[in-house]
Amino acid sequence: MVDPAVVEERIRAGVTGVEHLKIVDLTGTRDHYEATIVSAEFDGKTLIEQHQLVYAALGELMSGPVHALALKTYTPKQWQTASG
Amino acid sequence: MDDAVRERIQGVVEGHKVVLFMKGSKHFPQCGFSATVVEVLRRLDVDFHHVNVLEDPEVRQGIKEYANWPTIPQLYVAGTFVGGCDIVRQLYESGELQGIVQGGQGSAPGSA
Repeated sequence: MVDPAVVEERIRAGVTGVEHLKIVDLTGTRDHYEATIVSAEFDGKTLIEQHQLVYAALGELMSGPVHALALKTYTPKQWQTASG
Repeated sequence: MDDAVRERIQGVVEGHKVVLFMKGSKHFPQCGFSATVVEVLRRLDVDFHHVNVLEDPEVRQGIKEYANWPTIPQLYVAGTFVGGCDIVRQLYESGELQGIVQGGQGSAPGSA
């Protein structure tokens, strides 16, 4: 279990140029999260590399406190297209 | 992760065209994310080898280091890490997954 504010803080600290970040506690148990992240740092990176960046930012939170993290990562351009 | 575990993982990843490291089995997935990937592969009519990490704690930990990816499930095609549940679903929805798995289709020599 971990507080959503901690998840947000870690992502903002580990991923540069975050323009939009939304964290959702999927089950209300503070261990199944969904994160939507828009960052210029994702530019030129594969999906795997983008997600690895986020997992690295969360570090040890991913080996216990956070059981599941559904990730939606976008570059600023992709986000513009996605949000119409 | 010691070399023996790494070699075991490598043997499985390279010994089968499509491999899913998952919680549970392909017939009885024991986690929603694993079940989602099994369902996607079923819809694409893809034959795959599964490894139930719940029965193999060494591989369950080692695979995370192997792919630098902290969660299960993990899908591999032709020896290459394709992604976890989110990415596999995204690739399926965009239509890319079909090409990836078909590129890796056909059974490895000697496999069932």
